[in-house]
Amino acid sequence: MFYREAGDFNTSYAEDQQTFPIKFDRYRYYVVLFIAIVVVPFTVNDYWVNSIFMPFLIYTIAAIGLNILVGYCGQVSLGTGGFMAVGAYACYKLMTAMPEVSMFIHVLLAGVITAAVGVLFGLPSLRIKGFYLAVATLAAQFFLVWLFNRFPWFYNYSASGQINAPERDTFGIIITGPSTEAWAAYAFCLVFTIFSAYVARNLTRGSVGRKWMAIRDMDIAAEIIGVNPLRAKLTAFAVSSFFIGISGALFFAIYLGAVEVGEAFGIQKSFLVLFMIIIGGLGSIFGSFAGAAFLVLLPVALKVVGVDLLGWPTDIVAHLQLVIVGLLIIVFLIAEPHGIAQLWRVAKDKLRLWPFPH
Amino acid sequence: MKFKLGTMAVAALMAASPAMAELVFPSLSYRTGPYAASGIPFADGYADYFTMLNARDGGIGGVMTTVPECETAYNTEKGVECYESLKGGGGLVYQPLSTGITYQLIPKVTADNIPMLTTGLGRTSAKNGRVFSHVFNFPANYWDGASVAVKHMLDEEGGDLSGKKVTLVYHNSAYGKEPIRTLTELSKKHGFEFNEVPVDHPGQEQKSQWLQIRRDKPDYVIMYGWGVMNQVAIQEAVNIRFPMDKFIGIWWSGSENDVLSAGAGADGYKAVTFHNVGADYPLYDDLKKYVYDEGKAAGAGDQSGTVIYNRGIYGAMLVAEAAKKAQEIHGTANITPSQMRDGMEALEITEEKMTELGLPGFGPEFKVTCENHGGNGFAAMTQWNAETKEWTLISDFVQSDQEVIQSLIEEDSNAYAAENSIEDHCS
Repeated sequence: MFYREAGDFNTSYAEDQQTFPIKFDRYRYYVVLFIAIVVVPFTVNDYWVNSIFMPFLIYTIAAIGLNILVGYCGQVSLGTGGFMAVGAYACYKLMTAMPEVSMFIHVLLAGVITAAVGVLFGLPSLRIKGFYLAVATLAAQFFLVWLFNRFPWFYNYSASGQINAPERDTFGIIITGPSTEAWAAYAFCLVFTIFSAYVARNLTRGSVGRKWMAIRDMDIAAEIIGVNPLRAKLTAFAVSSFFIGISGALFFAIYLGAVEVGEAFGIQKSFLVLFMIIIGGLGSIFGSFAGAAFLVLLPVALKVVGVDLLGWPTDIVAHLQLVIVGLLIIVFLIAEPHGIAQLWRVAKDKLRLWPFPH
Repeated sequence: MKFKLGTMAVAALMAASPAMAELVFPSLSYRTGPYAASGIPFADGYADYFTMLNARDGGIGGVMTTVPECETAYNTEKGVECYESLKGGGGLVYQPLSTGITYQLIPKVTADNIPMLTTGLGRTSAKNGRVFSHVFNFPANYWDGASVAVKHMLDEEGGDLSGKKVTLVYHNSAYGKEPIRTLTELSKKHGFEFNEVPVDHPGQEQKSQWLQIRRDKPDYVIMYGWGVMNQVAIQEAVNIRFPMDKFIGIWWSGSENDVLSAGAGADGYKAVTFHNVGADYPLYDDLKKYVYDEGKAAGAGDQSGTVIYNRGIYGAMLVAEAAKKAQEIHGTANITPSQMRDGMEALEITEEKMTELGLPGFGPEFKVTCENHGGNGFAAMTQWNAETKEWTLISDFVQSDQEVIQSLIEEDSNAYAAENSIEDHCS
C-alpha cells in the first residue's frame, strides 16, 4: 500500500538512478540516518557504546570490505584478520609517531597502508582461483600475525608485545584513551561506517563494480568483453583492504584500546567476518550490516536473557550460546542460502504487491 | 502462559538486581574455552569465600556481599563487554585473571576510579603505585616468579649458573612475554645462556617446540603457560624424557589440572608459588560447615583444596580484608569503589592476621603503600608427587632479586607514564 513505485514519477536520470528509488524506502533511510546521527549520540551510555554499537559499526566496515572482495569480485579471502592487524598496527605507529595529527587522518592513512599490503597479497589471485586463493590468503593471515609478533619495531619495543592506544583527539575532542566520552567514540565510528557504506554502494553500482561482478560471474567472458582482470582484481583487493584496514584501526584504537595481535586478529577473526557476509548476504551492502548485527548482537542478547534475566550459571549460558548461534547459522543457510539480504529483498517484493498480491 | 512468563521475568529481575546495600565483588570468570581448566577453580574459590563470609559473619562489616559472574572465555572483547555490564552494578574491585584483559582495563579502571587487583599476573610494572594509581599486583608478580625460579636453579647448582642453558617455553602473548626482559637481565648477571621458545594460543600443538628443546638440550626449562597449554607441554616433556626436576613452571603452570593427565611421568615437576598448598587450614573447616555442607559451593564443587582454588580463596581474602580496611578508614560500611581503592592502598597482611583468618602461614607478609602496589616479591617452590597426587612446598618463601627487578619496573612504568602523560600520584 505504501511501499510501491506507483505515483512516484522521476523526471531526471539522477532521480531514476538513485540508491533508493522508492519514496517510502528513501524516507525510511533518512529516518535511520537521523536516529543514528542525531538521537543516538545523546542517549547512549558506556555500556551501549562499548558492548553493542561500537563492535557493530566496526564489524560492519570489515564486512563491507570483505563483501567487496568475496561478494562482488568473487575472490575468496581468509586473510581478513591479518589485514585488520595491518590497519591496527599502521594506526598505532602513526599515532605514536605523529601525536599532533588528527585521528581522522591516521585512520584513513592506516586504510591506505592496508590497501597497499592487500594489493601485494592480491597479486597471486591473478594465477590462482577459488579454494587455492583461499589458502594463499590464509598464508597472508598467518604471515602477518607472525610478523607483528616477531619484530619489536611494530609494537615500539614494549615489554609485553601489546600495543596500547594513547590519548589522541580530533578537532579537540578526545577520541582514544580511557577518558573518551561514549558519544565521541560512537560518532567517530559512525562517520567511518557511513562513509564506507556510501563509497562502497556507489563503487559497486558504477563501472568499477560492474567489472568486479563480471570477473566474479565468469572471468574468461569478462576478459573477452574487455575487462582487464589485473586491474579489476587488484582494485577489488585494494578497496576491500582499505575498508578492512579502517576497521582494524578503529577496532584497536577506539574499541579495545589495547591489542595483542594473536588474540585479537587471529584466524577466528577472519572466519567471523566471513560468516557475517555469508549470513548477511554476499554481494550486498545491506547484507554486511545485517550480518554484523546478527553476529554481534545475538551473543549479547542471549547473555542478557540467560544470565541477567533467567539467572542461569554463566558457563551453561556460554555453551548454549555456541549451540544456538551455530544452529541458527545452519537453519539460516538451509532456509535462505542468500542470506538476510535476500529475505529483505523478498519482503520488499511482497510489500510492493501488498495487500493485493494477485 | 503469558502471565507465567511475565512473573518469571519479574522474579528473575528481582533476583538479578542486587538490593542497594550490598558489597559487589564482580568475577570475570572463564568456565569455557581452552583456559577453562585453569579458570574454573579460581572462580569457584573466589565465590565460595564470599559465600562463607555471608553465612558465617553476615558479610563484611555487617553488609552482605555478592559476586556477580560474567563469562569472558579469556577473550578480551568479551572482557570489555563484561566490565561494562558489571560496572553498572557498582563493582568494588575487579580481578580479571587474564593479562590481556588487564591491559585493556588498566586505563579504563583508572578513568572510572575503580581499583583492580591482579595478583601474580597482569602488568608487572603496575607495582609502581606512583604511575598506576588504581592497579595492584601484590603479593608477587611475573618478574618475581622468574627471579625466584632462577634463585632455585642457583641453589640446585651450588650457586653457579655460568655456562648453563635455560630455555623459556611461553604462551605467545603479553602474559608469556613478560618474563623475557627479567630473564635476559638475569642471564647477563649469572652468565647462563637464555633461549626463548614461543607457543601460540591456545597451545594444543607443541611438537616442534619440544623437538627444538630436545635438540638444544637445555639444563633447565622454565614455562609460562596457561590452560590447556600446560598439560600439553608437560606431556611433551615426558615424551622427550626431559628430567622433571629441571622443569619449572610459573604459578599459573603449577596446578593439579596441569600434571594429572601426564600421569606418573610428571613426578617431580616443579612450580613457583606465592601462597601455600593443600587444604589443611582452619579456614577449610568453616568452608565445609557453611558452604560445602549447605550445598552452596560454586560450580561443580569438586575443586576444593586444589592450587588454583586456593588462589581464588586467597584473592577473595585479600579484597575482603581491603574492604574491611576501607570501612575502617572511611567509617562507613557501604563503601564506594573509590574508598575501596584507599583500603587496598592501606592493606597490611601480617602472620597474626592470617592466623586469625584461619590461614596460618598461607602467604607472605606484606604492606601496601602508595609507592609500592606490589608487595615484596616473596615466592616459594612446590613440587608434584605423582604417587600421592599432591603438591608439596620444597623451599621457604624467598625474596626475588629486587635490585634487577626494581630497576626494570622503574624503567617500564616511567615509559608508560611518559607515553600517557601521567603525573606522580603519590606526591
